[in-house]
Amino acid sequence: MLTPSFKTIADLKTGERAIIRSFSDQLLSLKLLEMGCLPGTEISLQFIAPFGDPIGVQIDSSYCLSMRKAEAATVVVLSL
Amino acid sequence: MKKKPIIALVGNPNCGKSSLFNQLTGLRQKVGNFSGVTVERKSGVFRIDPQNEAVLVDLPGIYSLYPQSLDERVVIDILANPSHQDYPDVVVVLVDASNLKRNLLLFTEIADLGLPVILALNMLDIASQMHLQINATKLAMQTGLPVVRLNARTGEGINQLQLAIRQVLAKPVGASKVYFDVASYVPALIADVKSRYGLQNDYLALHYVQQHDIFSFLSNDTRVSLDGLIQAHNFREIDFRAQETVARYQQIEPIAKAATKATADVQLPIWTRRLDKILLHPFWGYLVFLTILLLIFQAVFTLAQYPMDAIDGGVAALNHWLKDTLPPSMLTNLLTDGLLAGIGGVVIFIPQIAFLFLLISILEESGYMARVMVIMDWLMRKFGLNGRSVVPLISGVACAVPAMMSARSISNRKERLITILVTPLMSCSARLPIFSLFIALVVPATPVLGFIDMQGITLFGLYLVGLLAALLSAWALKGFVKTQEKGYFIMEMPTYKWPRWYHVGISIWESVKSFVVEAGKIIVAISIILWVLASYGPADSMQRAPQTVRQNQPTLTGVALENAIAAQKLENSYAGHFGKFIEPAIAPLGYDWKIGIALLASFAAREVFVGTISTIYSIGKGTTDSEGTIKARLKAEINPRTRKPVYNTATAFSLLIFYVFAMMCMSTIATAYRETNSWEWPLAQFFYMTGLAYLFAFLTYQALR
Repeated sequence: MLTPSFKTIADLKTGERAIIRSFSDQLLSLKLLEMGCLPGTEISLQFIAPFGDPIGVQIDSSYCLSMRKAEAATVVVLSL
Repeated sequence: MKKKPIIALVGNPNCGKSSLFNQLTGLRQKVGNFSGVTVERKSGVFRIDPQNEAVLVDLPGIYSLYPQSLDERVVIDILANPSHQDYPDVVVVLVDASNLKRNLLLFTEIADLGLPVILALNMLDIASQMHLQINATKLAMQTGLPVVRLNARTGEGINQLQLAIRQVLAKPVGASKVYFDVASYVPALIADVKSRYGLQNDYLALHYVQQHDIFSFLSNDTRVSLDGLIQAHNFREIDFRAQETVARYQQIEPIAKAATKATADVQLPIWTRRLDKILLHPFWGYLVFLTILLLIFQAVFTLAQYPMDAIDGGVAALNHWLKDTLPPSMLTNLLTDGLLAGIGGVVIFIPQIAFLFLLISILEESGYMARVMVIMDWLMRKFGLNGRSVVPLISGVACAVPAMMSARSISNRKERLITILVTPLMSCSARLPIFSLFIALVVPATPVLGFIDMQGITLFGLYLVGLLAALLSAWALKGFVKTQEKGYFIMEMPTYKWPRWYHVGISIWESVKSFVVEAGKIIVAISIILWVLASYGPADSMQRAPQTVRQNQPTLTGVALENAIAAQKLENSYAGHFGKFIEPAIAPLGYDWKIGIALLASFAAREVFVGTISTIYSIGKGTTDSEGTIKARLKAEINPRTRKPVYNTATAFSLLIFYVFAMMCMSTIATAYRETNSWEWPLAQFFYMTGLAYLFAFLTYQALR
């Protein structure tokens, strides 16, 4: 079980930077890994769509990946 | 003669693959399907040197050899099967230099399959906007494979790519370096698979293990025996796949690092960041999207009007000239009233379809479409759809067939099925002929807000009705379709790019060509059949027509007499009897038997309606055809009983609403069958949409009457 002290991508504010630590959904993690979201990768929250969902995450300063909030909540991060 | 070598073009989505494909093949493209599956296959012939040509096959864009969607499966299905007819002699992996690491993942996978590979570095200009310099020589040294720098949009570097293809074809060798040495992880399993199936390549053996379920070339027995091997070796597929990806990125990291130099702080191109601030804004984002849609419809209506008027006038003039020049005979009538009237009904809509595809392909080319998906996802989900459903829905405005097929990018089965079912409610370009004809007939072009007029707004309104029907139906379907899977929305946001006009031009050309050929065949055939049915009838009643008219209306002379005789003949023809037969069923909608004929004729393809109407009325008007255009003919049509125009506002709007809903298109039904792999869904769809059409046309007519 995740404790509340764990932060996920879904908790980030626009412009906030973080480092990916782990994933809580294995199937989803396969896709995210292939898209370059590896543990240790630096990310930042680029935009939040109107209505608060989906969000856009800048991966490793190289491109922007959009995902739903529920998907973002499966990626545990460490704030910078 | 030796068969032309096959070059496969592989790369991530948004890496510029279609630009490169267009640069190399130009107008020598062929669009079809990959054998055995309904995935669009674009191929084209191009010159590799003055004597030799090669076939370039454009494979669907993928991020890795492990597919996420149905379309993506094609790539591994071909690359893992040397006896596939598209199995390439050389693979060109196109790499987006502005996102080197992620793009190299696919490159290392393909290199590990042992195929002869060329790495083509694209989007170096975008990389430099992001303050990145990519060193191709270092990349070539690190990978030991040919690396070509190119700009797929301008065509820079194409010659070097052709040279590289020539050299690799002359001496086809795979990569010497292995990026992920699978045999060092699971040696016994790989050895077993290789010996059992006679494979040479370790990584190919791994794909047999991981993906045998989707390999079309393996028998069921093979699949079962591979499952047995997985069990025997206690192999854990998902864990291993994650392990593989991580190991690959570990290999890629130093390669990318050595080849990349940052000249300043690395950040996304400034224009992309600035535009996203506006286009993803909670208020401005939606306003811009709505404005763009409105402008599209206005442009389709007003700008396309000039060439359409010219074509309409030209066809009428040609018709006149043929009638004056050729000796009067049944054959002349067939040529003019049957064939030419039908062809005119197709050709006239080329300008509108071209405009529509122009604007849609600009939206896709520029990278804006991905933003639309993002701002619409939340809303779409409320209706049981996905942000990605926006592409099928918007493309549905052009044609439901490719639109329903594009729903394959939605990985969730439920969201995909609902998208397929509701897409035909979006008003496609085949409805446009009907819309524009009847709007022009009953709605005045009164200007509103300066640049938009009432006709444009009416058209926009009809599209809106279609969209609302699609969304509400999706919402209603949500409860009927059951699934366990979760929907994905993990999607790359491409950088904004200025559209390449050459590329846009090719896409317009391809769509217009397929409309004219596909729709044209049906329309011309039905026009001829209809002409025959409308010109012949039960023998004596047709022959008696002149006599009957003279008896009933003895005062008529000249043109008026001829017209009355022709009308009497049409009424007594086979088509006339047919129309009369169904008249009671359609009278509540405000239609007469002539419209009934056109309605029936358009059941297979709705675009037939206008051609049919024009064929029927040119026959009904006798040989001295004074009003040339379809619009003028309809305006002049008088109901013999009420002495008022047949096409009044109520009837015209009733027809408009009928065609917004009705699923009158064989190709759509066939596509729905193919995509859902069942007859229940397309049948339910057909009856549901036709029922809606009848109901709403009835309500419209009764309300406006």
